[in-house]
Amino acid sequence: MDWSALALSLELAAWTTAILMPIGVLIGRTLARRQFVAKSLVEALIALPLVLPPTVLGFYLLVVFSGTSPLGQIYEMLIGRPLVFSFQGLLLASLIFNLPFAVQPVQRAFESLPGDIREAAWCCGMSSWRTFRSIEFPLVWTGVLSAMVLTFAHTLGEFGVVLMVGGNIPGETQTIAISIYDRVQALQDQQAALMSAILLVFSFATISLIYIINNRRRSRREY
Amino acid sequence: MNTNNTGGLHVHLEQATPIYLDAQFHCATGELIVLVGPSGSGKSTILRCIAGLTIPKQGLVRFNETAWLDTDLGIHLAPQKRSVGMVFQHYALFPHLSALDNITVVLGETSRVHREERARELLELVNLQGLESRRPEELSGGQQQRVALARSLARDPDVLLLDEPFSAVDQITRRKLQLELARLRQQLKMPIVLVTHDLDEACILADRMCVLHHGRSLQAGAPADVTSRPDSDLVARLVGLTNLFDGEVIDHKSEPKITLLCWANHTLECRHRPEIRPGQPVSWIIPPQQVILHRRDRPSRGERENPVHGVIRDFVVLGGDVSITMFVEDNPDLPLSLTLSSHVAYRNHLGMGEHITVSLLAHGIHLMPQR
Repeated sequence: MDWSALALSLELAAWTTAILMPIGVLIGRTLARRQFVAKSLVEALIALPLVLPPTVLGFYLLVVFSGTSPLGQIYEMLIGRPLVFSFQGLLLASLIFNLPFAVQPVQRAFESLPGDIREAAWCCGMSSWRTFRSIEFPLVWTGVLSAMVLTFAHTLGEFGVVLMVGGNIPGETQTIAISIYDRVQALQDQQAALMSAILLVFSFATISLIYIINNRRRSRREY
Repeated sequence: MNTNNTGGLHVHLEQATPIYLDAQFHCATGELIVLVGPSGSGKSTILRCIAGLTIPKQGLVRFNETAWLDTDLGIHLAPQKRSVGMVFQHYALFPHLSALDNITVVLGETSRVHREERARELLELVNLQGLESRRPEELSGGQQQRVALARSLARDPDVLLLDEPFSAVDQITRRKLQLELARLRQQLKMPIVLVTHDLDEACILADRMCVLHHGRSLQAGAPADVTSRPDSDLVARLVGLTNLFDGEVIDHKSEPKITLLCWANHTLECRHRPEIRPGQPVSWIIPPQQVILHRRDRPSRGERENPVHGVIRDFVVLGGDVSITMFVEDNPDLPLSLTLSSHVAYRNHLGMGEHITVSLLAHGIHLMPQR
């Protein structure tokens, strides 16, 4: 059992979720509220990681992160080591390929709010922040929670992009999904089975949690 | 933009797009003005401009001495900074909060005890005591409307805005809520602006009504004045008046004081309107109640007053009354409506196709110069 790979995966998932949550709320809320010219394009761009082969996304991220690209050069100049094949690079990639999971449930939740209740709150004298805190957030928090759980679970399970961008460095970029792959390659079936079982149980539990929350919310609305 | 210095709410809005607006009206403190017009006449947009939810291209919204919106000076206060209470058409209650908390949540940063006390007072004001803990989805439409009204009063607004507040409930509830608003407003010392497409509602509730059409305010005044003396044929049509015709002023007489009108081979005597010059084309109306049937068995006095002959082409019994449409000289382009008690119609043996003569009472004829 590769505990360091599991720990690394959990750490990556935790950071990704923590950073993406405010970003997801901000982008999801904006996309739900505003109409602008390039809105469809922005939505398509955010959804792209859902349909793009992970190797393609990984390839482009690798190009952008590499020491010959402006981003890679700036990072290396500031931090003193390359972005590719590092935990930070992996985290950055993870933030990008998890964007649809962090944004879409939040956007759907904000879209389901009746448009006039914010205006009603303003006309009652409530500031934008109080309106968000007391009116909007209590009505969308299940969407935000869904986004967080999905992001966390999806980060644990991501394979292709992680392999492309992170390489396979134990303790630095080797996540549990990649560790499983390694064990199968090395014919260590028992270890692979154990780690797969852990991921299976965890994924099933988290996805169930989302459905339980959403169903409870729906049944509470129906009476 | 012109302003005058009396108190209350002044509104003057102009824009070409996205929704054409050219509206101007004033609502004094304690007065209830109803903006009435068909859907698409810009009523709700005007209300949103007053609340600060929409900013017009050009406009002035002033309460007493305070400008809430003045595009010339670049002033446009946020809704939070304008002391308005607004009841939305579909109430916009906060679905996750009880009736009581729908109000406490907007009551600023005072202590919970104070806020609850005030919220209970407000719910009592709208006769909702006992339902404090219900959520909006557990309340009927009428009850939701009352919560929305109570909530709109929570900030002690200077101006109350009501956007079609009775359109989402059944007719019986509507009557009840209209009565309650009429009663409640006696306690509210503020300008109240109500928007509706329902003319009857406007006439029941309004101190003054303002008729809107395609974003333009056409006429403001007491409902009785607007419906009996519309400024134009358009207003007459919008307030649902029948017996609307075209004619031309011929002359004015000084003894007795009357104006002579040429209409379809007739010369009609009308209420004196010396300001309309002879030769001026006019639209004119006469209420069906001012069209008097000549008795067929024996002639009576007053038959010299604008006698008109015609044939009955529509005869409808409505309760104890009969609504009759006659074609003047059997001309289908000149339908004239009158209302009679059904016993009068019966005694005179009236029915479809009968020839009758009526008098158009001179003081009932209202002339509207055509522009």
